[in-house]
Amino acid sequence: MTGAEIQYDAEGGLHHFLTIEGLSRETLLQILDVAETFIDVGHREIKKVPLLRGKTVVNLFFEASTRTRTTFEIAAKRLSADVINLNPLRLSTSKGETVLDTVNNLEAMHTDLFVVRDSYSGAAYLVAQHVPPHVSIINAGDGRHEHPTQAMLDVFTIRQHRPDFDNLKVAIVGDILHSRVARSQIHALKILGAEEIRLIAPKTLLPTEVERLGVTVFNDMKSGLRDVDVVIMLRLQLERMQGSLIASEQEYFNLYGLTQEKLAQARPDVLVMHPGPINRGLEIASEVADGPNSLILSQVTNGIAVRMSVMALLLGGQSMRKEH
Amino acid sequence: MGLLIRNGHLIDPAHDVNGKHDLFLNDGFVAALDHQPEDFVVGRVIDAQGLVVCPGLVDICARLREPGLEHKARLESEIQAAVAAGVTRLSVPPDTNPVIDTPAMAQMIQQRAWQLGKAFIHPVGGLTKNLEGKFLTDMAALDDAGCVAVSNALQPVRDTVVMRRAMQYASTFDLTVFLHAEDPWLRGNGCVHEGFVSTRLGLPAIPEAAETVGVARDLALIETTGARCHFSHLSSARAVEMVAEARHRGLPVTADVAAHQLHLTENDIGFFNTQCHVIPPLRTERDREKLRRAVKDGVITAICSDHQPHETDAKLAPFSESEPGISGLETLLPLTLKLVEEKLLSLPEAIATLTHSPARILGVDSGHLRPGAAADVCIFDPEQKWVFERERMVSRGRNTPFHGWTFKGRVTHVLIGGEVVHEAAPVADRDEDARPRYAG
Repeated sequence: MTGAEIQYDAEGGLHHFLTIEGLSRETLLQILDVAETFIDVGHREIKKVPLLRGKTVVNLFFEASTRTRTTFEIAAKRLSADVINLNPLRLSTSKGETVLDTVNNLEAMHTDLFVVRDSYSGAAYLVAQHVPPHVSIINAGDGRHEHPTQAMLDVFTIRQHRPDFDNLKVAIVGDILHSRVARSQIHALKILGAEEIRLIAPKTLLPTEVERLGVTVFNDMKSGLRDVDVVIMLRLQLERMQGSLIASEQEYFNLYGLTQEKLAQARPDVLVMHPGPINRGLEIASEVADGPNSLILSQVTNGIAVRMSVMALLLGGQSMRKEH
Repeated sequence: MGLLIRNGHLIDPAHDVNGKHDLFLNDGFVAALDHQPEDFVVGRVIDAQGLVVCPGLVDICARLREPGLEHKARLESEIQAAVAAGVTRLSVPPDTNPVIDTPAMAQMIQQRAWQLGKAFIHPVGGLTKNLEGKFLTDMAALDDAGCVAVSNALQPVRDTVVMRRAMQYASTFDLTVFLHAEDPWLRGNGCVHEGFVSTRLGLPAIPEAAETVGVARDLALIETTGARCHFSHLSSARAVEMVAEARHRGLPVTADVAAHQLHLTENDIGFFNTQCHVIPPLRTERDREKLRRAVKDGVITAICSDHQPHETDAKLAPFSESEPGISGLETLLPLTLKLVEEKLLSLPEAIATLTHSPARILGVDSGHLRPGAAADVCIFDPEQKWVFERERMVSRGRNTPFHGWTFKGRVTHVLIGGEVVHEAAPVADRDEDARPRYAG
């Protein structure tokens, strides 16, 4: 079971957006195509379309976030939805209000869409299983599991520069073990037909049997980056050192930090990406982050269009789907 | 007046009995096989034509949630569930609240069960005070108060010196130590087996080494202390091999497995199915095969329910935050009989793992039907097919991954001390077979 079943409605349209795993290529392309049409909205003087007028979107973030929550908020507002942001504190004791209690309370206020982020894997799916049929859920990151809109904006950004995924070699570098972004990216790139996906990390930051996701594993940057078209750097949480997962910042940067020198192994027109926020001098050198190959800021811009696309497909109903 | 169970297929693995026999019960004990004693006055007769008659089942590990966790289940409900499932004797781990680490607690639980007048309960006493892994309990007193063994339940004894002394002290009184072999650091905050499923779902993982490091440490201590120890609910192939090797060398160790480990693997977690959240975790196909072989080969001698009833909310949480455990009493016999259906075990072998083998590990004179033994009897229809449904469970905890499974073999009568404590109502025949059928 992949969890994909619950994401589609009886007509085969997207109803929830929880995981990339198990989605069809057509669905991913539809999200990307619809997102293209929304890019333009951000450049207009009146940055709004009336698609979701009268709909209520609740951003329910049980885990702290500024950027992701903001882009979801802007996306919903550009679609003319009413948006409420909530950051309920998750009490550590089991006596606290559960995720489902919170959702049930808000649902009673006739919410149409919940954007859910939680530090526990499977949280958005749990919510999706327990809301009434007319309510949609977007997973804005669940533990280490998936962060599907992030992966969609990444492949959207790649497609702007490399329209053909077939010949694409992509390297994902860093803390794969704890990364929900990496898991979603791997699924998205596989579904879209990328030629090769490489993971580059020390063994402490690689999950067991990750090769079975259809990736090649490298432990060093030199061979891992050779001839790649895209490098995606992952954020390294500084607390990983306490867990003895890495030795020191210096050693990590020396081995896995992206510098111009290491980047020279890749194709000259390589695209450099990072889901942010970046740790300059830890996983990426400033010269690369701000350099000509970097797409880090376009990722942020594209994030709004892609999230608008997902929201529109979930709530825009049949009309939206038929247009595309 | 006596009770006669007539024409049944009697299986008493302790005495190699496996055939058609009449069983005469009198005054709470088995009076005779086949030949009616002279002073025996037949009162009630149970016609067991086509049914299997075996000793009442002995479950070596079931949590009944009293005291302290009454919102999950009550002694009354769980004993009812046990009896309806053919279980007449249970041993309960000490991790109640308060912990069973004093004679008073041990006696209180037995007394409560005694008042209810159904299944027997054997408490396992705490190995360390409050299961904190620091100070030894008054084991001699716990022994006197009826504890059949001592254990630290699922709590680790981190300090190896404390563990060594606990084993030495327990063996002073010839008490068996029940072990949950697990390295607490490798366990960490893990909730599933470390493998492809944990990778795919991004769940904190428990490596196989968490169990093997625990087993290796404990075996080394057993070797030097000579303490008689029992490994509870093994989950990995490697740990089974280590225990087999230790037994081969003559170390005084036994082991059990939870029934669900013989049927499920990590793949059954599917997409965050919290009903499959158990500790130790479900592991790979290879581990499951090895556990099955170990039951067949006699390395693992007992199958237990590892019964952990929960309230509904306990499983309505993100996987890692849901509470581990399965309400397993009512699937203990069905899952074990499935091993017969799948041709792994013979019927007598299967029944041995649920009766006289666990009774031997507990050191109690039970799980057999020799004349003079307590008349604790389970009678089941080995051919009856039925669908296990959550809504029809007797236990207060309806947390089960086996909802909708079809089982073959269903309990019809349960006797404790010669009294019929559970009897399924006969239902009309649905097929050409003339055998009476019973509804659960």
